[in-house]
Amino acid sequence: MKHQRLDALARADRVLNDLSYGYVQDWLGRGADRHAVGYLPIYAPREIIAAAGMIPVGVFGAGDALDIVKGDAYFQSYICHIPRSVIEMALDGRFATFSAFIFPAICDVIRNLSGMWQMNFPDQYVKYLDYPQNFDPEVGGRFYRRELEDLLENLVRISGREVSDAELHAATARYNENRRLLDRLYDARSRAPHNFPMSEVYRVVRAGSVLTVDDHNRLILDYLAAAEAEPLPDQDRIRVYLVGAFCEQPPLGLLKTLEQAGCALVGDDLLLGMRFIRGDVATEGDPLDALVAAYLTKCGWSSAVYDGDNPREDKLVEDVRACKADGVIFCCPSFCDPALLDRPMLQKRLDEERVPYASFQYSENTGQFQVIREQAGTFSDSIKLWE
Amino acid sequence: MDLYLGIDLGSTTSKAVAVGEDGRILGRGITNTRSNYRVASDIAREEALHNARFAHLARAMESRGYPASRHEAIYSDLALHFRLEGYLKRLDALARECERTNAALSPEEAVPGECLAEVFEILRREAPATFDRQARNDSSKFFRDIAGTAFADAAEEVSTRWKLSSEPLVAIYERSIVPAENDRIEMDFGRSLTSACARTLENHPEERENSGFVKALEDATKQAVALDLVTKDMVGTGYGRQLLPFPEESIRSEILCHGLGAHRIFPETRTVLDIGGQDTKAIQVNGEGVVTSFHMNDRCAAGCGRYLGYIADELAISVKDLGPLACKADKTIRISSTCTVFAGAELRDLLNLGEKRENILAGLHRAIVLRAFSLLARSGGVHNEFTFTGGVAKNVAVVQYTQEMVRRNYGAITMNVHPDSIYMGALGAALFALRAARGESLPAAGVAEPDRSTRGARRMEIKA
Amino acid sequence: MSETPRIVKEKSMVVQKKMLAAYYKGLASTGETGQKVVYTFVPGNLTELILSFGAQPVYPEINALQSGMRKKSMEFIRQAEKMGHSEDVCTYVKCDVGMMLKGNVGPTGETIPAPDLLLCSYTGCFTFMKWFENLAKMYDCPVVMLHVPYRSAGEASPAMVQYVVDQLRTRVIPALEKVTGRPYDEERLRTMLGLAAQAEDDMVYCFESAKNRPSPIDGYFAGVYYIGPIFTAFRGTEECVTYYRSLREDIDERIARGLGPITPEGQIEKEQYRLVVEGPPNWTNFREFWKLFYDRGAVVVASTYTNVGGSYDLGFRHDPAHPLETMARYCMSCYTNLSLPQRTAVLSNYVRDYHADGLLVNSIKSCNSFSAGQLQMLRRVEEETGVPVGFIESDLVDPRYFSYANLKNRLDSFFQMLDQKLTPGESDA
Repeated sequence: MKHQRLDALARADRVLNDLSYGYVQDWLGRGADRHAVGYLPIYAPREIIAAAGMIPVGVFGAGDALDIVKGDAYFQSYICHIPRSVIEMALDGRFATFSAFIFPAICDVIRNLSGMWQMNFPDQYVKYLDYPQNFDPEVGGRFYRRELEDLLENLVRISGREVSDAELHAATARYNENRRLLDRLYDARSRAPHNFPMSEVYRVVRAGSVLTVDDHNRLILDYLAAAEAEPLPDQDRIRVYLVGAFCEQPPLGLLKTLEQAGCALVGDDLLLGMRFIRGDVATEGDPLDALVAAYLTKCGWSSAVYDGDNPREDKLVEDVRACKADGVIFCCPSFCDPALLDRPMLQKRLDEERVPYASFQYSENTGQFQVIREQAGTFSDSIKLWE
Repeated sequence: MDLYLGIDLGSTTSKAVAVGEDGRILGRGITNTRSNYRVASDIAREEALHNARFAHLARAMESRGYPASRHEAIYSDLALHFRLEGYLKRLDALARECERTNAALSPEEAVPGECLAEVFEILRREAPATFDRQARNDSSKFFRDIAGTAFADAAEEVSTRWKLSSEPLVAIYERSIVPAENDRIEMDFGRSLTSACARTLENHPEERENSGFVKALEDATKQAVALDLVTKDMVGTGYGRQLLPFPEESIRSEILCHGLGAHRIFPETRTVLDIGGQDTKAIQVNGEGVVTSFHMNDRCAAGCGRYLGYIADELAISVKDLGPLACKADKTIRISSTCTVFAGAELRDLLNLGEKRENILAGLHRAIVLRAFSLLARSGGVHNEFTFTGGVAKNVAVVQYTQEMVRRNYGAITMNVHPDSIYMGALGAALFALRAARGESLPAAGVAEPDRSTRGARRMEIKA
Repeated sequence: MSETPRIVKEKSMVVQKKMLAAYYKGLASTGETGQKVVYTFVPGNLTELILSFGAQPVYPEINALQSGMRKKSMEFIRQAEKMGHSEDVCTYVKCDVGMMLKGNVGPTGETIPAPDLLLCSYTGCFTFMKWFENLAKMYDCPVVMLHVPYRSAGEASPAMVQYVVDQLRTRVIPALEKVTGRPYDEERLRTMLGLAAQAEDDMVYCFESAKNRPSPIDGYFAGVYYIGPIFTAFRGTEECVTYYRSLREDIDERIARGLGPITPEGQIEKEQYRLVVEGPPNWTNFREFWKLFYDRGAVVVASTYTNVGGSYDLGFRHDPAHPLETMARYCMSCYTNLSLPQRTAVLSNYVRDYHADGLLVNSIKSCNSFSAGQLQMLRRVEEETGVPVGFIESDLVDPRYFSYANLKNRLDSFFQMLDQKLTPGESDA
């Protein structure tokens, strides 16, 4: 039934279009000892937050939905857009009910935003989560375990309630389920992109940044069932892998524009943190060790993680091949040093592999897509002609 | 009478303001900034001094029982005709320049001398009418604006008669206008005023027949001419201030001048927003008009007056019509960028999508205000009273959105908008000159009633 | 740093010039001497360790800033943009990449040798990691990564120190051993760390001399020359100790004679404004930029930029008794590795301790590590200290972001704002 698909999407949109986080406020309202923990892109170990009885909330900026005034007063024009909308939202009191914020170590801007948070919101617990760039279990692993312990200790301090290993295992199991469902969704999309348009898949996935893991799991299942029951018609489009949007997210209009211009998105690094750990995290033994091991051995490639002996251009080529993409679109946020500095290296490799690509820049509040539409259309046409 | 001058050499216009010993505004002048800064500043200054004499004349008439309020039409005619005298002088300079240009051209490019002479004959003959039509209700028109259209019309007329193309004539004008503008012209105030009086009385039979009035005007004119104006000191400011032939100690940053000028007009001012052609300034001042903090836009001119200029060009309408048009919007389209480079493309894109012109314009105006408020926030917010100056403060839509933003972000505030905000920098500079002469470091606040006499200065109480 | 721009030559300048000439000569002859070359960064540099292995360190950001000063950077940046780098990203990276593509010729005209090892000690700047990833693809040589944790909570925790020590032990030292063929020599390292601490004491003395009135030094524009030896290839050497000793003597003499700082156009005769500056300088128009200050008698009495290679005046000293731990602590002490509240406190303390009249932020387009958050710091310092604050923008080595008129306009306004604050009740004309 068509309305089931729409119903699932409407459930996603309800949380996505609500910059006041009504869903989170409702969740908080259901118990006196409840807490919300915000986290910035890309990845936070939500298992720990959920196990502590709290709701993890992914904060990905306000997209194009908010006028930025105070945010521009805090950031110079040559800095990317996401910290502006995040600070604007914060100063407007949209996170007033949150107890803690996690700032993962992905770039200098998000790093310094953590300090601004300390200065502006001294009542919230601020955790700068330093991902190790050393993947030796005895070195980087040991350090990361300490980071996770520190996070857990502080969440326990906030809630005043100890967290058992069993609770951590249980939360991990629910997120394992979430990872499996997301994999299913991405596989389905890659097989039949016409039936899983990016503009839909993206909303379903992104809703998981706000919904509890159980609600999100249900949403994915419902959407998958609805889409499979009533497939959309096939379309003649090229298959494209999208790279560069690992932190600041492109506006939905941009994703739609790419699809309308004849590019079916079959792989991407949007909302990367939701799928950062590839595969299951162990649900026995020491739960924190399991999360550490998952980070060290199962984390996906991204501009924020040192690639050392495991170059990300190899990973890109693997992924492009795996999802049978015809080409790659680099879609990087303006002024994003990590994504933009990766681009030439990745492009060089694609040249060697003879994988065609196109490049754009955007910011989360980009409103005009005319140029992108033309370029993406040309890209799609050129690939079709070569076939 | 001793006076102190402030000269503000802006990127598009040059302004001069003269203040008296007591800090009161005596006169002001404005001209377009041209390649020769010295001439631009001289013209603005001369106009300010003439304006001071004019003000004196008006006061003299008032003391004789003929206040401007009762004889508004004749006074505005007199002012117009006085400007006309200047226009005619400059027209002579243009004629000389055109002759010179024509003489230097090759025989193929040149036009017959008589042909050129005919054009100027028409220009001179039509000058009063032209001036009345173009300049009466628009004091922002400079020589080149008025002469340019008039020349094109006259050239058309003459070339048709001579069965020639008007192009060579227009080409001569194009080459001659800049040197003609930069020509130094001596204006004899007395002679010009007398001539303007005669011309004015012709059109006003009632006053002409009133011997008392005529006599009073003669006396007042004499008094204004005889007035001994002594410029005690001058201070320069503005974009081109470093190019002014002034010593370093007589140069002030326009930030300080704007702050002081705005504070002078509205002494309770604590926050000043100035949006000019090239830049936007957010300034905080203390109770003495001393700047305590400021922020300016970064290297791009997004959201400044020039941006509105691009938009107007793109829509092929006058900049003046933008604000009123935007006010007719039934919704405000969200515009993400105030980038001048992309303005045109974004606008066309939206028009192609079928958005109404008014609604797009509303969005553009709002974007400008949002950007200005970021600068205000950087500089420390908006404090009571808030004074909005600069050319863009004339735009009704911008003012409207500004009020809205103040209300939403800062609550109850008194907001001042000044129609002659364009003179604010020059006024501040003049006050600095006065201050330097009086040996006071702090501006001479409170030495006289603030001059709020300028018609149309607006105060609005913004309710929380 | 290559050139000493001052007309007035002091003893220390001559010493520095000789050191640098010898350094570049040494680099140019590594082909013959077989000395190994290690590329690394200034913040968190492990110079003593590298030197203890007999290798020569090279600092790409020093190459980039010198390309900027020699007006070569635009060409290099264009080259890098041509190969696909965005206009938006760090211009140090692009300048370095472009310089390499154009033959890697250094400031003395001699070629800088390719690295035998890329030692990516990424302290206080995430872009460093991306920089070396790019270099690693361009050079065929081993890379070793040293991840230095960020001091988000203020201090360096034992776990953070342990993490860096572990990396030094398990990664960095073995990599240096492998490349140089020499074993780790802890005694030699200790000796060098002891020498480093001596030079650090004198360096801090020199910078703190700016507390005098008039200040005998400019702690920003001249400061970048003063930090040269200790931030680069000389820390831990006898020459470095000698340099700071002679600088200290020069400064003592200036204090005794009541002299102001030396500028490229002679001495500042009257100290008009005492400023604290946050942010790196612009290099492409360095002298023009400085002139905007010294022409007005503006002296920078303290700057945070001179802490990028170690915050010695905040108390850190190398400790030969604990070589690996002290290096770890050193790495974490660099200014841009401090949390924003800490950086704000540093600025407020500078304003108070150095009796500054104002704070100026030079916000650098390339450097998010420095720039993100500066507007908040600025406002906070203004609240805490009550001094006027100013804000200007430029870039490190991209001349397209240096607008003289724009800077002059803002600086004029800033200085005149200080005038009004400094001289109430007297004529400033």
